[in-house]
Amino acid sequence: MAKIQNNRAWFLVLPVLVLVAFSAVIPLMTVVNYAFNDTFGNNQFFWNGLGWFEEMVRSERLHAALGRQMLFTGTILAIEVPLGIFIALNMPKKGFWASLCLVLMALPLLIPFNVVGTIWQIFCRVDIGLLGRFMAALGVDYNYTNDAFDAWVTLIVMDVWHWTSLVALLCYAGLQSIPEAYYQAARIDQANRWDIFRHIELPKMSGVLLIAVLLRFIDSFMIYTEPFVVTGGGPGNSTTFLSIDLVKMAIGQFDLGPAAAFSLMYFLVILLVSWVFYTVMVTRDSGEGT
Amino acid sequence: MAQITLSDLAHTYASNGTTDSDFALKAMNHVWQEGGAYALLGPSGCGKTTLLNIISGLIMPSQGRVLFDGADVTNLPAEKRNIAQVFQFPVVYDTMTVRENLAFPLKNRGLTRAAVQARVGLIAGMIGLEDILDRKARGLTTDAKQKISLGRGMVRESVNAILFDEPLTVIDPHLKWELRTQLKSLHRELGHTMIYVTHDQIEALTFADTVVMMHEGRVLQMGTPESLFETPAHTFVGHFIGSPGMNFLDATIEGNTAVIDGQRISLNAHYRTALGHTQVGIRPEYVEFTAEEGLPVVIQHIEDVGHRRIVHALVGETPIAVSVQEGQPFDTSMNRVRFVPGKINIYSDSWRVQGEAF
Repeated sequence: MAKIQNNRAWFLVLPVLVLVAFSAVIPLMTVVNYAFNDTFGNNQFFWNGLGWFEEMVRSERLHAALGRQMLFTGTILAIEVPLGIFIALNMPKKGFWASLCLVLMALPLLIPFNVVGTIWQIFCRVDIGLLGRFMAALGVDYNYTNDAFDAWVTLIVMDVWHWTSLVALLCYAGLQSIPEAYYQAARIDQANRWDIFRHIELPKMSGVLLIAVLLRFIDSFMIYTEPFVVTGGGPGNSTTFLSIDLVKMAIGQFDLGPAAAFSLMYFLVILLVSWVFYTVMVTRDSGEGT
Repeated sequence: MAQITLSDLAHTYASNGTTDSDFALKAMNHVWQEGGAYALLGPSGCGKTTLLNIISGLIMPSQGRVLFDGADVTNLPAEKRNIAQVFQFPVVYDTMTVRENLAFPLKNRGLTRAAVQARVGLIAGMIGLEDILDRKARGLTTDAKQKISLGRGMVRESVNAILFDEPLTVIDPHLKWELRTQLKSLHRELGHTMIYVTHDQIEALTFADTVVMMHEGRVLQMGTPESLFETPAHTFVGHFIGSPGMNFLDATIEGNTAVIDGQRISLNAHYRTALGHTQVGIRPEYVEFTAEEGLPVVIQHIEDVGHRRIVHALVGETPIAVSVQEGQPFDTSMNRVRFVPGKINIYSDSWRVQGEAF
């Protein structure tokens, strides 16, 4: 039978193209437009080539924000991943307590970001906050509004409180999928607790763990709302992470050109890291066999 | 190696089982000989895996005791019992190489490097894993993974027993045959007490010296494959073993004759008038078609399975299967059957009754 050629079928793809164009491509292109042009208003643009990019790559302000961002992301990953695994390993496996744990663990994940920020902003205030007053009563010199270290601690504790559940729940799901026979075989082989973790639980969890790390990386690398509500990037610039800095630059100072170049690079970094994670995950799975 | 004694053993998964049906395993007393090859045979849910896990210590029995060589091990956990167990689905340590997998149980018991190497080499050679010893276990086929599990089960020299829980379920049919034969020869070479759980009668009958036939938490019969075939102790054993299973025909027993559907059949033994529901049990292999004498039958349909034909017929209302070997006389004029004398078993309320010689 002869194959029927009918190029009109391409029209069926049109709705998707239109949708994607309006939701992603066109907004992105306006940013690209700002990144390569200079403007003095009135919708008049002057070609600037890679000028903004060169300026941004050399910008010490951006370097500092990137440094703070990496320190923050690294710290919360270093805390949340092991803590999440630890919690997942120690959660009840089934029954009433398992359900209760799951519900309690899921609660922080359900709270809107700026509500989380507000909760911690008030909770930690030295004048009226429960924790702030408590620390003061203990004689601890704690004030996140004028001490950079205290601000960092507050933001990290807040993020750990908010997101460790996600890691724990994903790991818990991974652990639940391990057949009982593995544990039975390990007992019969006289494996110790570390061996069970190292050779049974960790390999079986590694898939979901990778997803957990990826999600936490992306989310924390783009974090904006919570630190903005709690510290506003301060004291000084000490908690000004990339997103906060970007907003300051774009909307505070109205430096649209540098901000657009900044956001494109920001976007590409996240895309690159996600792609690396994806590649690792795919090659891992193909090595799995049947 | 050890002799395994089950003393008044029973198990229930309910918190306080009282009625008979609560018990996944009904009270039993058995002694399993050192170095024997046993098969626990029965349909799904008959309690065979429960019994296996009680022997290995993964489950604590609700009542009774388990003894290894006379020593009570009932309260010892699996890791202290010195047994090996292979599970239905392959359990391998993905992060380790095949060699490390096999060495793992030995290393955990503090064997020297040389001893581990020697033993791993020996077992790998026996089950054909030599070529892939240095590959990572992750990514191997299911067959190979299950071979690793089998190898890990057999690698320890001094185990009390090696337990297999339907280990060939996931194996390809052609490899199944090969592995089963290997297991059998490994048993001969290593001499361990081996207990093999399966629902496949061929696996059980080819592997074991002693087959333990289970049904609904009860051991119905324990004996050689031959005795299970020739003299099933219970009608269920008759049904389960053989393909097709044994024929059972309602009959009245009067001394050395059985009356089926008004026809008299003489028996090789004398039976006291049995009470209850009495039946004659005869294997399809021991039924022959004849032209003149015997029970009249109505043939329903014939299955040709290559080397023999299986004829399904009716004796009165009761279905009967007859296995006709190649070359055996069989044509349309033959509408009666006779039973091979001495191969007839008599059952009263499902249990076999032993006849008395004249």
